[in-house]
Amino acid sequence: MLQTIENKKVTRAAKATKKAIFLLVSLLSSVSLFANHLTDEIDSVKEELHEEEKAFNAGEMIMHHIADAHEIHFFSLNVGTPDEKDYSLYLPIILYTEDGLKVFSSSNFYHNAIHSEHGHAYKYENYVLFDEVVYYSEGEHGLEFSEDGKVLNSAPLDFSITKTVVGLFLTSILILLIFLSVAKAYKRNPNKAPSGIQSLMEPLILFIRDDVVRPSIGVKKADAFMPFLLTVFFFIWIANLLGLMSFIGGYNVMGSMSVTLVLAFLVFVITTFHGNKHYWKHILWPDGVPLPIKFILVPIEVVQIFLKPIVLMIRLTANITAGHIIILAFTTLIFIFGQNSAVAGYGVGAGSLVFMVFMFFIELLVAFLQAYVFTLLSAIYFGSAVEEAHH
Amino acid sequence: MVLINLLAAPLGTIAWTSLAFLIVAFMLKKMAWKPILKTLKDREEFIEKSLKSAEDAKAEMSQLKADNEKLLAEARVEREKILKEARDMKETIIAEAKKTATSEGDRLIASAREEISKEKAKAMSDIKKQVAALSVDIAEKILRSELENPSKQESIVEQHLNQSQLS
Repeated sequence: MLQTIENKKVTRAAKATKKAIFLLVSLLSSVSLFANHLTDEIDSVKEELHEEEKAFNAGEMIMHHIADAHEIHFFSLNVGTPDEKDYSLYLPIILYTEDGLKVFSSSNFYHNAIHSEHGHAYKYENYVLFDEVVYYSEGEHGLEFSEDGKVLNSAPLDFSITKTVVGLFLTSILILLIFLSVAKAYKRNPNKAPSGIQSLMEPLILFIRDDVVRPSIGVKKADAFMPFLLTVFFFIWIANLLGLMSFIGGYNVMGSMSVTLVLAFLVFVITTFHGNKHYWKHILWPDGVPLPIKFILVPIEVVQIFLKPIVLMIRLTANITAGHIIILAFTTLIFIFGQNSAVAGYGVGAGSLVFMVFMFFIELLVAFLQAYVFTLLSAIYFGSAVEEAHH
Repeated sequence: MVLINLLAAPLGTIAWTSLAFLIVAFMLKKMAWKPILKTLKDREEFIEKSLKSAEDAKAEMSQLKADNEKLLAEARVEREKILKEARDMKETIIAEAKKTATSEGDRLIASAREEISKEKAKAMSDIKKQVAALSVDIAEKILRSELENPSKQESIVEQHLNQSQLS
């Protein structure tokens, strides 16, 4: 008896410590997150500045940081000296080529730079990596360009584990870890008040159910869509939060059109397959509309079926990308002014920092907000698909 | 050019996303959302049921209380009635007893009186008889004594004769 009490005390103490550590880590990470973000950006900008030895191109630098890559770059040491060292995680390249499947490390690319007037490309065997796209190597320089600067080379099917894919996997693992443990907690204490991470997630789950899904779809039919919408919400949210932690690589998962495309496509498929008679009739032959108007209205409605998910996709990508661009833009400001004089650089740097902190908090909000908006709109589309004809 | 790259959706990423998301969605549906949503629903139903039963118990309590009060009031009325009946009965009994006692007394007095008068009459007649016998005795004695000496007899006769002469 005494022992069990003692044990309970110990586990409770362990739990409390765990909680405290978790809190501390999250607090520290949110602080170091930002500091790291800054140093990360500064490092890579420095590197770029040195390499190109020409006027600092803010636009190119920002785009480079937002675009997908075949490596996860953490930081570089001794930039500009002969023993410059990059600390990166080189990701596997997986190609489906004419000769079958090819798998090799992207370090093979990144250590074989070839320079041309269009920027630097990387070559390995008969493949060339340019702007993070893998092409078949052709001609003596490996790449052939059209007159307006487009790459003419053909490309193999690229199933590489890129930075975005890694972010995607991390998100998947995180979400599974979190919610499988939460589910376990629910199974263990079915009629008890939530505790631990369960108490963090329960209000969110209830919020999605009671304030997003049920009002949009209706209590009776909401249950069928709950699993998908909950997954979408937490997937987007966690991916967005991951994207804000630039010190682990700066993933831009939801800023990647491929990812949002898949999510939007699933929304489209579910809406279309759940569409009942009332839904299709509303689109194809709306009631109470004069015949000539129908000829205008019906095409618009039909286009809308496709437009709605496309808008979902673009909204999410654009919002997340825009947030990253703004933070990066404030970073580049420092270097633009720093090019003229160091004093101006430091002065603007201080101002930029304030704005970056501000933007960072805005981004934390946006990360949640975009997940919420995507879920809400999906729920509304599902709701319109299963709505019964009585209004 | 980089901008175009940014808006592109490479097939590889699409494939990986589909795979990862579908696996996650499927696993979460089976292993997380189902038990979580079910538990939440069960818990809500449990709370609702508990609240309802509490409400019912409360209603039942007040019903019981009302019943008790009614019973109490009825008992009180009953008691009053019984007491009143008892009081009435007491009075009737007393009245009846009084009445019986009075009539019995009257009757006794009457019979006593009758007896007395009867006894009196009997005694009177006895007394009369005895007085008559006594008086005869006395008269006889007196006559005897009176008539013992002849002189006295002669005076009496004379007296009587005188008297008769007078009349």
